[in-house]
Amino acid sequence: MKSILKNRLAWPVLALAALLAVNQIFRGDFLSLRMQDGHLYGSIIDIMRNGAPTILIALGMTLVIASRGIDLSVGAVVAIAGAASCAYIAASPEPASPATAAVAVVIAVVAGLVLGVWNGFLVSTIGVQPIIATLVLMTAGRGIAQLITDGQIVSVTNDSYKAIGAGYLFTLPVSILITAVVFVLAAVLTRRTALGTLIEAVGINPVASRLAGLRARNIIWIVYIFSAFCAAIAGLMISSNVTAADANNAGLYIEMDAILAVVIGGTSLAGGRYSLVGTVVGAFIIQTLTTTVYTLGIPPEVTLVFKALVVIAVCLLQAPKARTLLRNLKPASPLRTKEKVAA
Amino acid sequence: MPATATARINTEKISRMNELVPVVEMTGIAIGFPGVKALDDVDFRLFQGEVHALMGENGAGKSTLIKALTGVYTIDSGRITVLGRQKNFSTPAESQAAGISTVYQEVNLCTNLTVEENVMLGREPRRRGSIDWRGVRARTREVLAQLHLHHVEPGSLLSEHSIAVQQLIAIARSVEVNAKVLILDEPTSSLDADEVSQLFRVIRDLRDRGVAILFVSHFLEQVYELSDRMTVLRNGKLVGEYMTRDLSRMNLISKMIGKDLEVLEELDQESSRSQARLAAGARPFMETEGLGRKGAVSNVNLSIYPGEVVGLAGLLGAGRTETARLLFGADRSDEGSIKVRGQQLKLRSPRTAIDHGIGFCSEDRKEEGLIADLTVRDNLVLAMQATKGWARRIPRRVQDELVAEFIETLDIRPANPDALIRNLSGGNQQKVLLARWMVTSPDLLILDEPTRGIDIGAKTQIQKLINKLASEGMSILFISSELEEVLRLSHRIAVIKDRAMVAEISNDDVSIEDVLTVIAGGAQ
Repeated sequence: MKSILKNRLAWPVLALAALLAVNQIFRGDFLSLRMQDGHLYGSIIDIMRNGAPTILIALGMTLVIASRGIDLSVGAVVAIAGAASCAYIAASPEPASPATAAVAVVIAVVAGLVLGVWNGFLVSTIGVQPIIATLVLMTAGRGIAQLITDGQIVSVTNDSYKAIGAGYLFTLPVSILITAVVFVLAAVLTRRTALGTLIEAVGINPVASRLAGLRARNIIWIVYIFSAFCAAIAGLMISSNVTAADANNAGLYIEMDAILAVVIGGTSLAGGRYSLVGTVVGAFIIQTLTTTVYTLGIPPEVTLVFKALVVIAVCLLQAPKARTLLRNLKPASPLRTKEKVAA
Repeated sequence: MPATATARINTEKISRMNELVPVVEMTGIAIGFPGVKALDDVDFRLFQGEVHALMGENGAGKSTLIKALTGVYTIDSGRITVLGRQKNFSTPAESQAAGISTVYQEVNLCTNLTVEENVMLGREPRRRGSIDWRGVRARTREVLAQLHLHHVEPGSLLSEHSIAVQQLIAIARSVEVNAKVLILDEPTSSLDADEVSQLFRVIRDLRDRGVAILFVSHFLEQVYELSDRMTVLRNGKLVGEYMTRDLSRMNLISKMIGKDLEVLEELDQESSRSQARLAAGARPFMETEGLGRKGAVSNVNLSIYPGEVVGLAGLLGAGRTETARLLFGADRSDEGSIKVRGQQLKLRSPRTAIDHGIGFCSEDRKEEGLIADLTVRDNLVLAMQATKGWARRIPRRVQDELVAEFIETLDIRPANPDALIRNLSGGNQQKVLLARWMVTSPDLLILDEPTRGIDIGAKTQIQKLINKLASEGMSILFISSELEEVLRLSHRIAVIKDRAMVAEISNDDVSIEDVLTVIAGGAQ
């Protein structure tokens, strides 16, 4: 039991379980799933589907944060990706064909990769502090998105495109499947190769990493490109879900939720060791919280305060100092006394 | 358990001789970290008016014991009594309140404040609610005078003074609080001989005034000069408590490393310079001509042959590390040239140097060597993985084999590849860093102070290793502040003085004095 609690994932998982339990108590059918028209329905599925963009962005953010960086531009990348794809579809001669949708997806992803290269260039080659470097795109990005959409909300009617955010495949929402694929991709990319360890090494001690022959520049480039890639996919998902590109509001403040998910998941903002699973759990906690607010009927005025309280509680539970305090509150563990008698 | 048993007997004998009640008594102290048992059932006593040396190799548990006494670590079990009262320190402040003062290796004062502010910080005398600066100055003068520091102006900035004086001012602070116990952790490591004797005079003064002093140092001579009693630890366990005059140096060393004297002497024999001389007509692995960098070092003319150990001698700060960094591409040179295997080479980054078969162990383990939060395994294969690139991960099986091999040959403790490297002792961390380069089998290995702050056992092991690597054909550039060590290991010695290379000496029957003459007097 003790060793389980020492695991970095223990508290986030416990917090998530507690939140789910609270919901189940107040709404008896909360955890139940049902099949309808060959699609799976239920609150859990809703949480996963609504949380998919945050999870995606948080995955990219995890690697950036592990490398001692931060990416504030993800919300702007979401807007640009959505704007680029929707603008392409709206302007194309065959706005409803699957081929158009496919090209739109490619355009959005390429746009994301280019923006990631830009961030990576500023941070790794020019040496701008990550928070400043990505602030540039965070501010400028919304402007770029508005230029693309001419300041309008661009609506599209394309069933293939709509499927990305609102469709179903193998009984599950497509957005959940996409998120799962990206998660596996991230896990394989970092843990089947040496990338994960090298990102951690750069994040923990950049000077020592350089002297050990690590080319930090490439590593940093990769994490910002991956982060922007994730944001672009999330942008596709969000715009597809509402079949429109809103340059002003798509992905607004999503960088904050993503950073929060990473932190709740146990990755330190100081860089270094990270946990992708932890991040996913963290993102689930944030999304479940939103749902819980509705379940409990908490008035909208205090919703944000309630969210803040839960987040503070989870973060405190992870802090070593708070844990020591908790441990000292308890009477000395009986196990230890027994050992002493034996000695 | 026999070691502990003799320790107990010893303790009894001494306490019969000394009827005093100890100022500090620690019994059955145990502290564990994940993967490491740092202290295991250790007893320690400190009496009024004595200098007590805490002895042991790196990783023996000295620092941990001190941290338990100063409230930095909380103990897992055991009992700490200070002046007859049982204490349960959980913060350094509680320990200080109990009368325990510590002066660390790195001075922990505020260099941007004045001397008097540092001495009186937090305890300034007050008048009508505001600080009585005249009182502060008067009190500071009084305390400084007690430590024979008449020449130090209380209103001067701390940063204006040498490390030695800063250390004495740290001691002044403890005198001001009327500390009953003064802990000195490696206080002499950055002092010269005069400064050391000044420090010792102050320590003896304090002892005669009844302060109990706990002294930790790697310098055996200083320990014998200063201490009255010593406690020896090994691998987190108590070996025993001894009167300094009853324990010979050789006996002390054998107790510290847990080996018999004959084995020690053998080790010492083996680690003397490898006799393999260069084959005629051999070509140097690396040659430099007039190599330099503005503000760092100039005029470095070195040639290093395969299988040769070249020592770099000179005072601290003379430009030795700067030279090493140029040869490794950690800094770029702006004059002169480097040839590797006869080829002109521009070293733009460490990576270029590594690709040409050069490795570099920095003197600053913590900042420039360790990836503290990663495991021994990750740290050990880091350089090799870096050259392969991120995409080609070294297979886990190969990693395991490599790590197991080096843990065994270098005797890395604990022998746990998954232990976080920050939980290892300094000596073992150093071995992992050496192994990091050995797995890449470089042609030239630059070692900057590889034995600094390391106990005698690990030191001999590393010296032996250097010999072995050289006899297998590796070139080694060996930098050390200890001339004995440089003389013993190197075939040739390059002398750096005042940021330039001033001489090259072939090491045949050269004495320390000869080298010192060069360092002191310039070119031969």
